[in-house]
Amino acid sequence: MDLRLLDEVATDAERDAVDTLLGAPESGWEGGTRQDSDLRYARGGHAARDRRDLLLPALHAVNDRVGWISRGALNHICRRLTVPPAEAYAVASFYAMFALHERPRRVVHLCTDIACAASGSGGLRDRLNARLGPPGGHPDGPEAPGTTWHESPCLGLCERAPAALALEAGSPARYAVAAPATPDSLDDLADAPPPETESAASAEDGPAHDGAHAPDDTTGTDGTDGTADGSANAAPPTPAGAVNVDNGRSPDSHRPGTTTYASDPLLGGAPEPDPAAAVPDAGSPGHVLLSRIGRVDPLSLDDYRAAGGYSALREALRLGPAGVIREVTDSGLVGRGGAAFPTGRKWNATAQQPDTPHYLVCNADESEPGTFKDRVLMEGDPFSVVEAMTVAGYAIGARTGYLYIRGEYPRALRHLENALSLARERGLLGPDVLGSGFSFDIEIRRGAGAYICGEETAIFGSIEGQRGEPRTKPPFPVEKGLFGKPTAVNNVETLVNVLPVLLMGGPAYAAVGTKGSTGPKLFCVSGGVRRPGLYELPFGATLGDLVEAAGGMPEGRSIRAVLLGGAAGTFVRGDELDIPLTFEGARAAGTSLGSGVVLVLDDTADLGATLARVAAFFRDESCGQCVPCRVGTVRQEESLLRLRSGASPARELPLLREVGRAMRDASICGLGQTAWNAVESAIDRLGLYSGTGPDGSGAADPDHPRDPDPAHTPAPGDRAATEEAR
Amino acid sequence: MTVPVLLPTPRRLIDATIDGETVRVPEGTTVLEACSSAGTEVPTLCHGDTLTPRNACRVCVVEVEGARTLAPACSRKLEEGMSVATDSERVRHSRKLVLELLGSSVDLSTTPKVSEWMERYEAEPERFGPRAEPAALGVRDARRAGEHEPGDGGAAATVEQPAKVDNDLYVRDYSKCIMCYKCVDACGDQWQNTFAIGVAGRGFDARISTEHDVELPDSACVYCGNCIEVCPTGALSFATEFDMRAAGTWDEESQTETTTICTYCGVGCNVTLHVQENEIVKVTSPHDNPVTHGNLCIKGRFGFQHVQRRGDG
Repeated sequence: MDLRLLDEVATDAERDAVDTLLGAPESGWEGGTRQDSDLRYARGGHAARDRRDLLLPALHAVNDRVGWISRGALNHICRRLTVPPAEAYAVASFYAMFALHERPRRVVHLCTDIACAASGSGGLRDRLNARLGPPGGHPDGPEAPGTTWHESPCLGLCERAPAALALEAGSPARYAVAAPATPDSLDDLADAPPPETESAASAEDGPAHDGAHAPDDTTGTDGTDGTADGSANAAPPTPAGAVNVDNGRSPDSHRPGTTTYASDPLLGGAPEPDPAAAVPDAGSPGHVLLSRIGRVDPLSLDDYRAAGGYSALREALRLGPAGVIREVTDSGLVGRGGAAFPTGRKWNATAQQPDTPHYLVCNADESEPGTFKDRVLMEGDPFSVVEAMTVAGYAIGARTGYLYIRGEYPRALRHLENALSLARERGLLGPDVLGSGFSFDIEIRRGAGAYICGEETAIFGSIEGQRGEPRTKPPFPVEKGLFGKPTAVNNVETLVNVLPVLLMGGPAYAAVGTKGSTGPKLFCVSGGVRRPGLYELPFGATLGDLVEAAGGMPEGRSIRAVLLGGAAGTFVRGDELDIPLTFEGARAAGTSLGSGVVLVLDDTADLGATLARVAAFFRDESCGQCVPCRVGTVRQEESLLRLRSGASPARELPLLREVGRAMRDASICGLGQTAWNAVESAIDRLGLYSGTGPDGSGAADPDHPRDPDPAHTPAPGDRAATEEAR
Repeated sequence: MTVPVLLPTPRRLIDATIDGETVRVPEGTTVLEACSSAGTEVPTLCHGDTLTPRNACRVCVVEVEGARTLAPACSRKLEEGMSVATDSERVRHSRKLVLELLGSSVDLSTTPKVSEWMERYEAEPERFGPRAEPAALGVRDARRAGEHEPGDGGAAATVEQPAKVDNDLYVRDYSKCIMCYKCVDACGDQWQNTFAIGVAGRGFDARISTEHDVELPDSACVYCGNCIEVCPTGALSFATEFDMRAAGTWDEESQTETTTICTYCGVGCNVTLHVQENEIVKVTSPHDNPVTHGNLCIKGRFGFQHVQRRGDG
């Protein structure tokens, strides 16, 4: 295609970052040296456009190497992938983790979301403000630290709140987590060395640097130490998708065989605790989903197999695809991402589509504030995710699975990259899985800071290299999903549940839990309890049981409210602890489990501030496509801010209700449809601003009685399959 | 020689109910199409007669019996037995709110029909409070996704900013932009395949932008003006119209429209000349033209000045 590009040139580092991912340009049309033969043909058409899905990885490659995406870098990406620059800019500017203006190489993301705010992130924000200036800013001067910072939505580290994540561009990129963050640990992260010059940065690309920071977690793999080894000139990288047999690795960093992040933390960062630290009762004999967490080395395939790994895949291959779907259907397993759609039905519908190829997408874009279950699974038991995806791919007839992981999970990404590479090496992925003739492989795609990309159709746009905007249903993903083909999208926890389903058998699994909610369930407990963390309980326990399992409340503290299901969920009162934690029980109580968030706010919590933060979250994370959500979330926040500064509830509450109702009724996707859930429940259930006491019948506003039919209320956390669940 | 006659695939007729009346339409008909043939008016903003529905504005929502949420009439296809309400309380509420949300954040002063709809649905955009000050040029374009200044809620945020005047032919006044995506689709793969503009940013800060917000002459724009043709709010307008509106001389009532054939090349596109006081003030093209569907090139759209050079050379 004839692209008009800006007159800007990429630096060597930018060019190298992109070419390491995509392989060396094949002709002048792709940004290589122009040759006579280039004048006789133009590269374009489908061959060029079919690589559009590499746009997001290419943007990541530049952002990871130099910390921001310059005009020259965007030009180079556009030329390499035949993408119009306005479209590439549209995609890059959609994501919070990409910068389109120059910034320091190190960025500290300080979580100021609900759980972290309740644990004192406000003071840390002031600290960073004083040290580095306002968010996005950074001190000037040659000796000033090369660090900038942003306030971040939930980082998924709620059990260790308050949390901060520092990412540093380089070759390789590095990260560090401070959780719980203290003023001192933030100071260490903020005091990055001054920004390096271009030459210093590219000198750092040399082998000596890589050798000094060789990842320690890739034992058993060959040549996985970083993406650039300074040999780009001597041995041109191979094109994306091809594996360079000479050194046994693909240069394509989104494919396993390479790691995105170095395994040692950046300068000033402390090492992270073991993933099992997130599971207070790790090793409990009752665990099914968490049984390997803390017991096996998450980087060792041998450990995983010794602990029963890959027996479910063997069982699946024995049963055949139809048999797997039958077991999953019999098990009564429903989606754990929030929408609770029956997994067996989804798989069956996908498998039966005549159109090919079929795709599997594992939704690991866990961004619902208060949720961290998928992170713990991926960090602590990554092979189970890989095995479960293989089983799912086998059942639905897919040859390719995409694992879409949020950009804020560097360690989970590292563990998964390692797992894929080992699984491929042992023939557990690839053209002939376990000698069965079944061909399946997994590609990791990394998000870049956009909650909406966890919506089950927005995730397609993001993977395809478009903006992560939800699509209208119908058509449903099982008919037209990723690349317009039949696709099953499953949450990480849902997939991991498939392994016990196959090992126990569907009916035996269905016997666990209650009739309407089968199997074990992970709950992300955070906030004011004594032992926040990830808990696995069979369905049927009450909210009170769970709070008790988490150690209860500290002496002298009582529960003011519990947020069930995250920002898209609902608040319940501290005296409603008898709510059964089942889909049907929560529904009967007028709430919903969502993704399993149980965020406990004690009597010291500032509910008004919490609500304002929820509203700000939805405003920030709306994709902006439809009016009710794009403007409604703004008006909702404005009204809550007015209420906080003393505006009359008699005037504001009707306004909030009207806006909320339109968002719920008329928004395209689950984000807008649920953006009012938490606010509504705080008013009606907790009595906030309504002046009617905790019974909160909404009596202050008799014209707008609360929707009596909970079926009209979309499930919290229900970014996935909202329509399908109807 | 026999030439095969290409007929469209026969479409089954289905029965559905709209506002209690049974309608029989070919399968694949949208609710909006069925409504317009039945004479039921459904307001639309982002729907374009020559474009694939984006159903972004949600002003056309209707209530489908049994569905949890409302459905956009412009893209939802009627199904056998479907029962649709186009004027229920739920529908009226959402339409009213959509109009209020847009009216409070966007300058709708040049959007046709919108004041009539505001009246019909009793929309009061001003109840969200006084409008915030317009942003300076470039401020909205520099905003980072996923971040905003919360403020105190004292003023209703708007998308208002000064108009972008960076070429002689047309003006982009994004204070009037409702983000319908039509210009992007017309510029992109639905018609022009130029891809000079895209939707950048996210959420309330989403905006139509060239790459890095460069001025149009530096972008891929070819000045076909097909984006102006589809713009539903007047955010994109001929420089002549923009200037005359600013000077207070724009008088649509007195204008005549004459459809003729473009004289530049052999394609024979239809051009509709809008003339005020014997001067061509803008050029459009009939959307029902089976060849061009309302699209033109820079010559047909903007190359009319020579017609008006009279007697001075």
